[in-house]
Amino acid sequence: MKKVLLILALSCIAMPLHAEEVKSLRGTRDLDACSEPPQINRLIADDRPIPRDFVQQPPLIPHKKEGYRIDKNYNKCLSCHSWANYKQAKATKVPPTHFQDREMKERANLSPSRYFCTQCHVPQTDVRPLVDNEFEPVKALR
Amino acid sequence: MSNRNKASGFKWATFLLGGIVGIVLLAVFLGELHYSASEKFCISCHEMEDNVYMEYKDTAHYMNKSGVRATCTDCHLSNNLVEKVGRKVKAVNEVIQHFSGTIDTREKFIDHRLKLAERVWAEMKATDSRECRSCHTEENMDYTKQSSRAMAQHLQGEAENKTCIDCHKGLAHRLPDMHTIDPSAVISVTE
Ligand code: HEC
Ligand code: HEC
Ligand code: HEC
Ligand code: HEC
Ligand code: HEC
Repeated sequence: MKKVLLILALSCIAMPLHAEEVKSLRGTRDLDACSEPPQINRLIADDRPIPRDFVQQPPLIPHKKEGYRIDKNYNKCLSCHSWANYKQAKATKVPPTHFQDREMKERANLSPSRYFCTQCHVPQTDVRPLVDNEFEPVKALR
Repeated sequence: MSNRNKASGFKWATFLLGGIVGIVLLAVFLGELHYSASEKFCISCHEMEDNVYMEYKDTAHYMNKSGVRATCTDCHLSNNLVEKVGRKVKAVNEVIQHFSGTIDTREKFIDHRLKLAERVWAEMKATDSRECRSCHTEENMDYTKQSSRAMAQHLQGEAENKTCIDCHKGLAHRLPDMHTIDPSAVISVTE
């Protein structure tokens, strides 16, 4: 019984200490205080292709994509990136891997599993990271 | 007053009355032309409001950083009076179709969409995208201020005699099934 009381007492002391250690990078605020409005971030307008960090990485989209709809009637990305259109658009063509379905069968047209490009490919904004990123790409890409 | 004077007075009165009626009719005609060329009129039937208008509200011609809007008639109606009236005559057919319920549901609208869109593309192609150019002119577009993809394509497009609608389809509304137009850009589950 004494042991239990001791543990309880100790944990009462330890708890506030612990709470102090946890600090949000976004700043601490009382629960009932209004939070600071987040900064509005802009998509990076057109840029050169962004270097990749690992070999199988889906490359980042180096241009804005506002208004580029992807639905069953049409995929705006493919109006520039398909094999039929990339030359006119001076864009990178979708790689052959995108014509393989999940059973690795080669298809005549883009695999439906690759149709929704933005599942894997994302654009970048001008956001300032909260912590420095120390990630280094693999040697083969450095 | 002599009889002759009376007759000429009558003539004058008819003339004046005719003139006034004429002016009133002209005003009504121009007023109608003006009202029927307004966005309010275009979306007064649900075929337009539920479909194309809702989609257009999502685009840069409805809301953008400068706050300048392009409305339905800016893109779909010529400034030329003769062609404006011509378009209105065609619109009578659309009103008839409205009352006979040709596209009174979203599904029916989507079924007809390719045909409707192709008509607009053909018209814009024939006029070298005249309505676009009434706001955007090649002479006044500073390519160097545009994104690099836009600049490259505009220079190339000009050299190849392309017109705006060749490259800018679906900029105000969603597109119909584009299978027949660009199969490389449409999902295919069978091939
Ligand atoms: C109007 C034409 C156009 C459209 C539409 C378009 N792109 Fe691009 N995209 C380009 C061009 C051109 C480049 C190449 C830029 C360069 O090489 O300088 C590019 C580059 C890319 C790259 C980088 C490739 C690499 O090797 O790093 C990705 C990924 C990409 N686009 C994805 C997309 C996605 C996803 C969409 C749809 C949301 C899309 N693009 C829509 C023209 C387009
Ligand atoms: C399931 C995830 C996934 C989807 C969906 C996807 N991609 Fe990719 N994409 C990748 C990966 C991973 C790579 C890099 C490896 C490779 O080439 O397969 C890549 C590479 C690319 C490249 C660079 C090709 C090169 O030669 O450097 C382009 C361009 C591209 N994708 C465009 C698209 C477009 C356009 C779509 C939509 C039609 C799309 N991708 C859908 C994962 C995806
Ligand atoms: C009533 C004038 C007007 C007409 C007519 C018009 N536009 Fe625009 N357009 C604008 C304005 C205003 C903007 C937004 C500019 C801005 O971003 O501040 C714009 C933006 C655009 C953009 C950029 C869209 C984006 O996502 O940034 C394109 C592309 C464009 N117009 C093409 C066209 C084409 C093609 C036509 C003919 C079918 C057309 N415009 C007709 C006024 C017009
Ligand atoms: C050869 C194809 C082509 C033709 C022809 C063409 N455009 Fe474009 N336009 C593009 C591409 C590609 C972009 C950039 C990609 C995007 O914004 O989606 C673009 C972008 C634009 C923009 C936005 C510019 C920016 O930097 O944000 C406007 C406005 C525009 N076009 C208007 C027009 C008008 C008006 C015409 C006819 C006089 C026209 N375009 C003809 C391909 C074309
Ligand atoms: C910036 C120019 C522009 C504006 C503004 C615009 N349209 Fe369109 N509209 C087009 C183009 C271009 C097409 C051809 C199809 C396409 O490319 O989307 C079209 C097609 C249509 C069609 C045929 C069906 C379809 O979707 O293809 C209808 C109906 C239509 N517009 C009605 C309207 C109405 C109503 C408004 C106002 C709420 C409006 N449009 C505003 C450019 C415009």
